[in-house]
Amino acid sequence: MKLSGKTWKFGHDVDTDLIIPARYLNTSDPKELAKYCMRDADETFASKVTPGDVMIAGKNFGCGSSREHAPIAIKEVGVTAVIAESFARIFYRNSINIGLPILESPEAAKEIQEGDFVEIDLDNGVIYNKTQEKTYQVPPFPPFIQEIINDGGLVNNVKKKVKG
Amino acid sequence: MGMTLVEKILAAHCNREQVKAGELINVQLDGTLANDITAPVAIREFNKLGVETVFDKNKVFLVPDHFAPNKDIMSAEQTKVMREFARKHEIVNYFEIGEMGVEHCLLPEKGLVLPGDVIIGADSHTCTYGALGAFATGVGSTDLACGMATGEAWLKVPETIKFVFKGTLQPYVTGKDLILHTIGDIGVDGARYCSMEFTGPVIEQLTIDQRFTMANMAIEAGAKCGLFEADETTLAYVKDRAKRDFTVYKADEDAVYARVIEYDVTNIEPTVAFPHLPENTHPVSDGKNIEIDQVVIGSCTNGRLEDLRIAARLLEGQKVNKRVRTIVIPGTQQIYLDAMKEGLVEIFINAGAIVSTPTCGPCLGGHMGILAKGERAVSTTNRNFVGRMGHPESEVYLASPAVAAASAIKGRITDPKEIKPYEEVM
Repeated sequence: MKLSGKTWKFGHDVDTDLIIPARYLNTSDPKELAKYCMRDADETFASKVTPGDVMIAGKNFGCGSSREHAPIAIKEVGVTAVIAESFARIFYRNSINIGLPILESPEAAKEIQEGDFVEIDLDNGVIYNKTQEKTYQVPPFPPFIQEIINDGGLVNNVKKKVKG
Repeated sequence: MGMTLVEKILAAHCNREQVKAGELINVQLDGTLANDITAPVAIREFNKLGVETVFDKNKVFLVPDHFAPNKDIMSAEQTKVMREFARKHEIVNYFEIGEMGVEHCLLPEKGLVLPGDVIIGADSHTCTYGALGAFATGVGSTDLACGMATGEAWLKVPETIKFVFKGTLQPYVTGKDLILHTIGDIGVDGARYCSMEFTGPVIEQLTIDQRFTMANMAIEAGAKCGLFEADETTLAYVKDRAKRDFTVYKADEDAVYARVIEYDVTNIEPTVAFPHLPENTHPVSDGKNIEIDQVVIGSCTNGRLEDLRIAARLLEGQKVNKRVRTIVIPGTQQIYLDAMKEGLVEIFINAGAIVSTPTCGPCLGGHMGILAKGERAVSTTNRNFVGRMGHPESEVYLASPAVAAASAIKGRITDPKEIKPYEEVM
């Protein structure tokens, strides 16, 4: 799968309360959640994002709560992938499980500037910064996780197993 | 090759003699947990799986605690989804208002999690049960849905960081101060993907309530779990609660650790995490000029009887500062009842604090004590992120119940020694 879009850049330790504040968790409707994505970091974020955009962040992205509402809000607001120096553990699992592409690349996350246009080749783990004309190689997912991604998320993966 | 505590527990749950850090395994679950925020999403995913019912109606735990008692119509709709699911699938351990409590105070109290268990919960503070020597970790709703359906989950065996606590605890230094100190030292991603193993002579002397506090905040260092080896203290706690057999696992002498970190607790003071990350820790004296508007004593971190006791003993015969709204939230109905019997509730009310029904409420900015713009709270909870307890420009300072109670009295961040000598309180 190939993705491309312009980037929005955030700092280190972006927590799940920043991604979707708990005060908006009295619903699980993705469209409602998307309205408040990154609200406390940038009130206008949800209105500025155009479908296909990519989020860039520092270390430990998605730390804090286990709320799956966080990757759901990011996906629904139109962000197609997140590139970070590193991801918090639960957020990482949640993203794989719901099919939000995430890429761990300290170099790319540091060097890409907000507004740069990037192209991502998910199958080959390649990030190309078109603005800076620079390419980054991301290590592939372990086969076990790749299988979940190929099945379109954990539910489809498990569904296959419970039926099989 | 020897195994760490987490490797021992996980090996036993995938029928293997040995597992080692880095391996991907499929484990059998002793329990799955969800609350009123995460269950609705989990139920939506569960219904896509095409299974008839849950893997074991005794091992699915559902607790409405975050926005419950329902704070608004939308929250009421969410708990309704959960309640109807519980009825349909005859979930034994669904806890309605009147029986419920803050989930991580409630499940151990009911004997539903025991030493040696493997538990996943759609709540990041599920790691609390590590205090009992159980592997327990937070997951998202989709993982939880699959766990509820199959009784299994995939995990990567984590590396272990061993923490050794030595020395003599200073007055008013509690498990909360030890874990805040640890997070301050290693950072909010210092144990990312790892198991934290808490050991040493200080840990052996620590009460079970303080161990719950420490295990609870392992996630605040990015950890997968925070474990204590079950000992006599643990067994005394579970003895009358356990309704099934359990196994106590110990780390091998020759276990392989990613790191070993030693602390001499003699040098640790009562500790406060300033906004906006739990790693931003300071000795309590650094906060002496910081005026506050609210104090919260409660949550899955510090809402247990011992927490309420130390706060009450400091507040006894005192009044909370007129500018400080002081909110005490017992973790469960049983803790509430015990606090009443011991006269703690009376002390709180006489001091000018309020005592609420169990709820996560203000900890995550849900209800029962939301902060306005520019307001500051000292809270015994676990996170001080931007906007965590209300307005994005409000501030949360994380501290122990003793520091919180002392601060409520003075109206600024206060060392409990300023209120009463430690010997008078303990």
